[in-house]
Amino acid sequence: MTSSNQVLSEVEYNIVGKRPIRPDGVDKVTGRAQYGADVKLTGLLAGRVLRSPHPHARIRSIDTSKAESLPGVRAVITAKDLPFASLTREELGGDYGRLKFASDHMLASDKALFKGHPVAAVAATNAHIAESALALIQVDYEVLEAVVDVREAMKDGAPLLHEELRTSAMGEIADKPSNVAAHLRYEKGNAEQGFAEADVVLERELNTASVHQGYIEPHNSTAFWNTDGQLSVWTSTQGSFAVRAAVADVLRLPVSRVKVTPMEIGGGFGGKITAYLDSITAVLSKKAGAPVKQTMTRAEVFEASGPAPGSWMRVKVGAKNDGRLTAVEMEVAMDAGAYPGSPVMQAITCAFACYDVENGKVDGYDVVVNKPKTSAYRAPGSPQAAFGVETVMDELCQQLGVDPIEFRLLNAAKEGTRRIEGPVARRVGLVECLEAARDHDHYKSAVEGENRGRGVAAGYWMNRGFQSSCVITVNFDGTVSLIMGSVDIGGTRASIAQQAAETLGISYEDVKPTVVDTDSIGFTMVTGGSRTSFATGIAAVEAAESVKAQLVARAAKIWDTAEEDVEYVDGEVRHKSDPELRLGFKDLARQLASTGGTVAGQANVDPPGEGNSYAVHIADVEVDPDTGKTEVIRYTALQDVGKAVHPSYVEGQMQGGVVQGIGWALNEEYYFDDSGRMMNPTFLDYRMPTSLDLPMIDTVIVEVANSGHPYGVRGVGEVPIVPPMAAIANGIHGATGLRLHSLPMTPGKVLEAEWEQNGV
Amino acid sequence: MPGVVHVQAKINGEDTNFLCEPRQSLLEVLRDVLGMTGTKEGCNDGNCGACTVMLDGRIVDSCLVLGVEIAGREVQTVEGMASPGGLHPLQQSFLENAALQCGICTPGFLIASRSLLDAEPDADEGRIRHWLAGNLCRCTGYDKIVRAVLQVSTTSNK
Repeated sequence: MTSSNQVLSEVEYNIVGKRPIRPDGVDKVTGRAQYGADVKLTGLLAGRVLRSPHPHARIRSIDTSKAESLPGVRAVITAKDLPFASLTREELGGDYGRLKFASDHMLASDKALFKGHPVAAVAATNAHIAESALALIQVDYEVLEAVVDVREAMKDGAPLLHEELRTSAMGEIADKPSNVAAHLRYEKGNAEQGFAEADVVLERELNTASVHQGYIEPHNSTAFWNTDGQLSVWTSTQGSFAVRAAVADVLRLPVSRVKVTPMEIGGGFGGKITAYLDSITAVLSKKAGAPVKQTMTRAEVFEASGPAPGSWMRVKVGAKNDGRLTAVEMEVAMDAGAYPGSPVMQAITCAFACYDVENGKVDGYDVVVNKPKTSAYRAPGSPQAAFGVETVMDELCQQLGVDPIEFRLLNAAKEGTRRIEGPVARRVGLVECLEAARDHDHYKSAVEGENRGRGVAAGYWMNRGFQSSCVITVNFDGTVSLIMGSVDIGGTRASIAQQAAETLGISYEDVKPTVVDTDSIGFTMVTGGSRTSFATGIAAVEAAESVKAQLVARAAKIWDTAEEDVEYVDGEVRHKSDPELRLGFKDLARQLASTGGTVAGQANVDPPGEGNSYAVHIADVEVDPDTGKTEVIRYTALQDVGKAVHPSYVEGQMQGGVVQGIGWALNEEYYFDDSGRMMNPTFLDYRMPTSLDLPMIDTVIVEVANSGHPYGVRGVGEVPIVPPMAAIANGIHGATGLRLHSLPMTPGKVLEAEWEQNGV
Repeated sequence: MPGVVHVQAKINGEDTNFLCEPRQSLLEVLRDVLGMTGTKEGCNDGNCGACTVMLDGRIVDSCLVLGVEIAGREVQTVEGMASPGGLHPLQQSFLENAALQCGICTPGFLIASRSLLDAEPDADEGRIRHWLAGNLCRCTGYDKIVRAVLQVSTTSNK
């Protein structure tokens, strides 16, 4: 085993940058941690959802009477039980269309828009009875022609999903209905002129399949609608406040009536932000007068949660003979699924963000198709775009005869680079990642063995800030409680507690972090966007600074001196001029009770200084010429993380993102039949990488401090999934001479390309 | 309750009696009847390994075994791994090596890893990767899981 996890660090702290055991760890290795499906309540009923078997159908009528009379059934609901059914267009005004989409997505009223679209739901004394009741519900469908391919859906005459949807194109609303919800464009310089100046111009079309986040824990929800109108929801979500907002919106409730308790969450990757079950579960509970719990089956997760969009792309790049880019251009069409809202804007903003280029033009199309509404998936939009751009750049390097890392160094985005969509980069670490890749043992070693090749690709994600809240309370023994609203999906209790301990100058073990419900902390955005260790970290630091200021004031009171004479240094308060007067954190904590009570600091932040993330990946692959199967034999991921708060969990994010990318590159795909039904909604047929498919994933943590965070932290979690597909495609080219432009690069596609190359 | 069956079995060393319907899986019995929610459901069709338990010393997906089938047999789950004196070495190693992120697959991986090391205490990386291929993890990319198991395997101490 080669152990190769490096940290290229410039700044050392006492606790930030160390690798303590996570606070929730013991509960998770002993089976005691309570996930959403583990909720137990007295009188708990089981809920199940009836889903459309048709990808596109008008719902003529639904007869629930037989289901209602089945012994053990306590409630049956349809879209008629949602508030939207009794609201008029006049009452809702300009909000009508938005609420119709939000409500219909939960329970279809007039049309089913994808296979798996909820049309009714049942609560019964157990899940088996609920399942039996579903079979007794009679739905009269008028089956309509479906469209699942993004380019087919864009054509005139394609089956229309929404009769009222009109294309919003750069501020103009079209006059006739279309499946194209939006057309976006960004431009910089003059692309046409840039291509005219180029010595080499390449233009390629590529596509990617729909893929799923593949979290192991299915969606679940438990709800109890009390007779006093208070609604409690326990669920696995990346954002308890997002669930509260969604439930309050669809059910037309004040948010104060909805309490969401985030249970432990078994993976999300962006897919556990939309509240698929919570509103339905709540209405079932109201109708049954008892708490209701439901969990999705794995097939429901595939068919009715939010996969990442399939895409079509046209990429055009031009360069001088010396490798300098003169112009870039891209068109991306992404399938949003049944309702508008694909991450195509992120796709076109990320596409060329690794490059400093004078002239660029990017167009994006958000297109509805008869698939489940897509959701975020780790750096949403960027991986598809990077597959397109980074494979074409590799071909450009090949034509120019330049090294792919030297090419990227020559054209690298750096501080001051203006991206095509406008923003100017602050200090970023792409150059440092490229240099570390160039100097890495992996890149310097020769590719040995037959049918083997090496690919390189870079990736970008902007990262997010957004709102977070923390409260830190000092206990009288000198330990502290740290309360936060950020759901812990992969070690953030640890990374936030480390930042609090560092700021207070106390030990990590003395900080007890707790994730609480929406009634117990200020608004906090989702755990997503690579924002939690950054933004909630800042909230913890600011709450800790407030605690420090209050402890200084308390010491001044105890010493009967002015606050200006007291300072907080290294976990203790000191009189600036009297060395006799000093109190350690614990000693001062012991005096709090008798000097005015405890001290609590709180912070509600919306930090603007998120630092952009860059990654560079090197992949060695071996392609079996007889079967077309590609195996990854060595992989190194390098990434600027600003400052790794807990390097082990940073490495884990990098390795996990890489492996999801390997699956996206080689195996993972929604197969649809001609009518738009997914043919592979199981983990057997939707094949994600196993331990046997992979080598160790080597990591290099590059630390270029982000000035927008007190410890230099940048977001970490998303950019690792951006480069792998192109790195592997470029590796396959190195091994075989084949350029693959379609994901996933299955053995079949490799063989077909091989046969085409050989004229078979 | 129509058609419930009385079943007697040994679970984590304890004689256990329960009533279940013949259609209930062992996973349902553990979680819903016995309240042992440490065993997790990921797919309910035998493809993810999250619900892995030991049945008479062999690993099985508990979603593919019926509750009535364990009559007179012995089941071990994640709840039985730690002792009052402390964690099992694999549990400790998973913590120290950051071998879990969300943690939902962890009970299944721990049971599968223990069954391997009980039989082959010096399992190497290749053997570990092969043995754990029936357990899906989506967060870690397996790197740190394999390292955590290797740390407990005697090969890494040689």
